[in-house]
Amino acid sequence: MTGANGSSLVQAGGVAIEGRNLVLSFGETPALQGADLCVKRGEIVAVMGPSGSGKSTLLYCLAGILVPDSGEVYFDGQRLDAMREAERSRLRRDRFGFVFQFGQLVPELTAEENVALPLLLRGTHREEALREARSWFEQLELEGMERHRTGEMSGGQSQRVALARGLVAHPDVLFADEPTGSLDSMNGELVMGLLTRVARQQGSTVILVTHEPRVAAYADREVIVRDGRVSSMAPVMQ
Amino acid sequence: MSVPMALLGLLDREPSHGYDLKHDYDAYFARGRPLPFGQVYATLARLARDGKAIVGEAEPGAGPDRKRYTITETGKSEVEAWLAEPIPAEPYLQTDLFVKVVLSLMLGRRAEEYLDAQRAAHLRRMRELTELKQRDSLVDTLLADHGLFHLEADLRWIDLTEARLAALAEEVAS
Repeated sequence: MTGANGSSLVQAGGVAIEGRNLVLSFGETPALQGADLCVKRGEIVAVMGPSGSGKSTLLYCLAGILVPDSGEVYFDGQRLDAMREAERSRLRRDRFGFVFQFGQLVPELTAEENVALPLLLRGTHREEALREARSWFEQLELEGMERHRTGEMSGGQSQRVALARGLVAHPDVLFADEPTGSLDSMNGELVMGLLTRVARQQGSTVILVTHEPRVAAYADREVIVRDGRVSSMAPVMQ
Repeated sequence: MSVPMALLGLLDREPSHGYDLKHDYDAYFARGRPLPFGQVYATLARLARDGKAIVGEAEPGAGPDRKRYTITETGKSEVEAWLAEPIPAEPYLQTDLFVKVVLSLMLGRRAEEYLDAQRAAHLRRMRELTELKQRDSLVDTLLADHGLFHLEADLRWIDLTEARLAALAEEVAS
């Protein structure tokens, strides 16, 4: 089912991103042992699995943060794993969005500056980027907190800011690693409701690592990673 | 679901007719299983017989029964006691999930495959409930959340059981 360089399938099938036979070890410890994952454009996929199964490693390989020892990662018809670091870095900046478990906001910046960051890095004029960032605060239910810094916000509020930062530049793919892992049920619901609603409106593909079934239930389908390999549990969205 | 207590509880808000009680019950509690009129009136008759409600005179108007029902002090006490009493914390020790896993291991079948299929079925239902939450009222959300948390508890059990299958197989075989 794969073409000579994989790109024809990736484009023809409406595939957003695909990892094939990914293998990666950290020293003597194998993390991925032949993992395959193909995600269609606009699809929201939850990656589940026990601790240490390789689910976050898979996410970072697909996002071009880690390079597999062998195997291939395709994004938009390009071999992401074969790119130079500078090229991958540009791709991450221009086409991908990220949300991590603990928000990882820049503490020196205000909430609106944090949201605007991906736009500023892409070269958007500062005033325009901040205007766009401010427009997110109503749907984040954070009106009035635009100038607050990380220390002045709760964990749930910070995570909503981090989510807006991940989505503000309309990424082709949003990579979310346990985005509700540090939140209580109510804040987790707020974040996931917002994430899925905005991603669907924008047409962003989402790859979501989670160990929580209630979070995975927001996805179109889920896959399980066991011992560095992926087993699907439901057919790919048609 | 205790239909008599639900109807008595609705009566505790204000005196009401059987028709209106059925309407409220269906709106809040029925979840696709509306209460038959016969059961409403039979239940109200029993509540009246047991001194928990009083039946008023028939009033003019449309509908099969225009009698107004009013809760008594006995009925109010019963509602209050019922609301305060925790329901039994069911251990679910006879669940089919458990029986299927143990039998699979006894019969030498692949319990992992059953657990995988069950996990997929649970997650499918959780997706349906999550979609329901995003479009329906807060009352529906409350009910969907109850289902979601119970399904999640099953899934945790499934994950842990899967991790213990080899040891379980040895114990069941011995």
